[in-house]
Amino acid sequence: MIRFENVSVTYDGAAEPTVQGVDFEVPEGELVLLVGPSGVGKSTVLGAVSGLVPHFTGGTLRGRVTVAGRDTRTHKPRELADVVGTVGQDPLSHFVTDTVEDELAYGMESLGLAPDVMRRRVEETLDLLGLTDLRSRSIATLSGGQQQRVAIGSVLTPHPSVLVLDEPTSALDPAAAEEVLAVLQRLVHDLGTTVLMAEHRLERVVQYADQVVLLSSPGTAPILGTPAEMMAVSPVYPPVVALGRLADWTPLPLTVRDARRRAADLREQLRQRDSIAPQGRGELRDQPQRTRTRQQPTPPKPLGEKPTDRRWFKRRRTPTQPPAYAAEVQALAVTRDRTQALRHVDLTVTPGETIALMGRNGAGKSTLLNTLVGLVKPSAGAVTLGGAVGLVPQEPRDLLYADTVAAECTAADADASAAPGTCRTLVSELLPDISDDTHPRDLSEGQRLTLALAVVLTARPSLLLLDEPTRGLDYAAKARLVTLLRDLAAQGHAIVLATHDVELAAELAHRVVLLAEGEVIADGPAADVVVASPSFAPQVAKILAPQKWLTVAEVREALA
Amino acid sequence: MAGAQLHPGAWWLWSLSLGTAATRTTNPLLLTLLIATSAYVVATCRPDAPWARSYTAFVKLGLAVLLIRLVFAVALGSPVPGTHVIVTLPELPLPHWAQGIRLGGKVTAETLLFALYDGLRLATLLICVGAANSLANPTRLLKSLPGALYEMGVAVVVALTYAPHLIADVQRLRAARRLRGRPDKGIRGLLHVGLPVLEGALERSVALAAAMDARGYGRTADVPPRVRRTTAALTLGGLLGVCAGTYGLLTAEGGTYGLPVLLCGVVAALAGLRLGGRRSLRTRYRPDRWDARAWLVAGSGAAVAALLALAAARDPAALHPGVVPLVAPALPLWPAAAVLLGLLPAFISPAPRNPTPLNPALKEPS
Repeated sequence: MIRFENVSVTYDGAAEPTVQGVDFEVPEGELVLLVGPSGVGKSTVLGAVSGLVPHFTGGTLRGRVTVAGRDTRTHKPRELADVVGTVGQDPLSHFVTDTVEDELAYGMESLGLAPDVMRRRVEETLDLLGLTDLRSRSIATLSGGQQQRVAIGSVLTPHPSVLVLDEPTSALDPAAAEEVLAVLQRLVHDLGTTVLMAEHRLERVVQYADQVVLLSSPGTAPILGTPAEMMAVSPVYPPVVALGRLADWTPLPLTVRDARRRAADLREQLRQRDSIAPQGRGELRDQPQRTRTRQQPTPPKPLGEKPTDRRWFKRRRTPTQPPAYAAEVQALAVTRDRTQALRHVDLTVTPGETIALMGRNGAGKSTLLNTLVGLVKPSAGAVTLGGAVGLVPQEPRDLLYADTVAAECTAADADASAAPGTCRTLVSELLPDISDDTHPRDLSEGQRLTLALAVVLTARPSLLLLDEPTRGLDYAAKARLVTLLRDLAAQGHAIVLATHDVELAAELAHRVVLLAEGEVIADGPAADVVVASPSFAPQVAKILAPQKWLTVAEVREALA
Repeated sequence: MAGAQLHPGAWWLWSLSLGTAATRTTNPLLLTLLIATSAYVVATCRPDAPWARSYTAFVKLGLAVLLIRLVFAVALGSPVPGTHVIVTLPELPLPHWAQGIRLGGKVTAETLLFALYDGLRLATLLICVGAANSLANPTRLLKSLPGALYEMGVAVVVALTYAPHLIADVQRLRAARRLRGRPDKGIRGLLHVGLPVLEGALERSVALAAAMDARGYGRTADVPPRVRRTTAALTLGGLLGVCAGTYGLLTAEGGTYGLPVLLCGVVAALAGLRLGGRRSLRTRYRPDRWDARAWLVAGSGAAVAALLALAAARDPAALHPGVVPLVAPALPLWPAAAVLLGLLPAFISPAPRNPTPLNPALKEPS
């Protein structure tokens, strides 16, 4: 259905081709997943299918891409619109009209379908995607998952035979992501649609893929294979695969279900180890309020961490006589636009503690962070802070204004009235290979996040807040972030992060606070809260239940 | 939107007719009755959508206009001769070249009343426009444009949906500035926020353009070259004809050929547009139909306007109550009854379908 014949793409002004040697074929009716670290050209490959590369983006495409027999060389994106449906990373920039129903009809109007056909297909698509109740709603008022479904629906109505999706679930909470994936699954199974998608959060999608295209590093030719084969060699893999690799399971399990079947031995092994160790996890079940090993002063050392990573913390002044709490929130209520965004929230954050705020889109996570940092005024209740607070917003780029990293650092020193050079020292230690004259725009997502983090840290906050820090980060960038945040917590910073990423919460958080409709519905040690919740449990916890293991690193450590 | 909804054009005709009626009279009782009529219809018929909340904004605007008119009357005086002095303000002596302008001085009841009547008329007109804005979805109205103007309609719709995005961007970036401990107000703050906002808007436009292209925007049908050439000839010839015709009409010696050439030009240009429409493949999804109810709604408005115009011609005294000497305005019976005709839409238009209200404030920008 989609055929790449020795394709390479070179953008204007680039010395090297962004992708080369792309040569594979996606058969009809398959769901193919494009996998690889950030910056290997996944979006370029996707863009080549819809013809946007090179017709819209410029650059040179060598080789041949054919979709349903049409050569993208001779067909512009608009002439492929009836066979390829494309949904980009941000559904909001995809919408042309303002209501759901009009949006679904827009593509068909452009193709000139007959009014009765359009009417029928809009109704069918509303049913297929479960959007019937939303049909006359304004798109701006929908939640992220609903918007993503509308975006998919809007390209489905012209009945394309190929659907191309770029990170369809990255911005969504776990439940909304499942909603979207269920829809894709249905399209592939019932309608025979061919789906090609790229996604960083492999733990969500890899089990749905029929085949995986692996782009392991920039410039290497992608290879196509079954998910299990590809996962065995891929530099990016979900926790279930990591556990499988650790336990030497072949073929690698891709679903929690497969892994559970294999895990009987591993569970037994872990149970024995636990009973040997007196401080082990076996006790934890009996004493659910007790904290875990992770709350010991020295955090476990994740694999691959170099001792140099820590050096810079030693130089910094450790707070003498830390206050009893970094922040205390009492009976907090926030009302915005006549809606109660938060009601009666009580929360105490102690220094050195990492708290994950989880919950649906719109549950009030960001509002709570903004209240803590003072951007939002509480309408009732009180927020008492033990020291300075710093927030890294959802879009780290918002914090950066200057043209170069050096200028940004100078400005950050001035803003925080810190000694000149403070920020630059932080940056060089967090991001060793960044030169002074790099434009913040040219950094990768992970580097930009780290730069923003350094800017925030310049003011020496005792409480560090992060809003959705892993959006758009691949596993490697995420692992670096985890190491960084752990060190900060070990150094006495209190950290609160709002996140949809259950694996991140499992790696980092001592405590998890679940929010729903502005209320705290669960607050406790990470192991207890996430294991009890089906949608917020990380994969390892699901595989090894009823034992309370959260991450592969913990298991590895226990087995060592 | 529901198919049972009224054609947006009908609402606009109705509202503009009420506005026209308002310009025919200065009787405060009739004007208040017109405002009440529009308010009642808006309250019963407006759907629960963001754009439908503009009515209150227009009412406030009307009040502001009224107040400004009164302030001007007090400060600058007015040519209306009056004898009932309310208060005498200190008068500013002005140089001789500013003769005819007066600052301060006597404020008479007649002046105030005249300004009030006049301001109320303007406010009523504004409020009627506000009614149209909140009753008819502006984007639906754009969709009813003829096919040749489709591109313009899309541009306006896109611009309309971009405004809220821009506002959200500005708010986000100002919050980020405060996070870095910088002032978010003042010219410098605005400049610093302005550039990233523009960058963001530009990026979003490019992404939208890509999405639109990939969704088939701008697909054209194959038309035979002959038709294409005819189209070009008709359009160009028509435009030339329009220019020549207008020139002829405006010059003294071209009086004889001006009008026919202009008409020919218009006809040719329209034919060219129509033929050019063949290149566009677009079809319309659920277009609004102009049905009997739309006729009735538009008709009721037109009737109000026509009857008040008639009344203004027949009985100017009742519709323009005098201010010199001061008299209490009387309610002229049959023009008032005519105004009440404007209530008809409240009884015949379909009940608004309220989409389940969900507060956008609750949604995280994710």
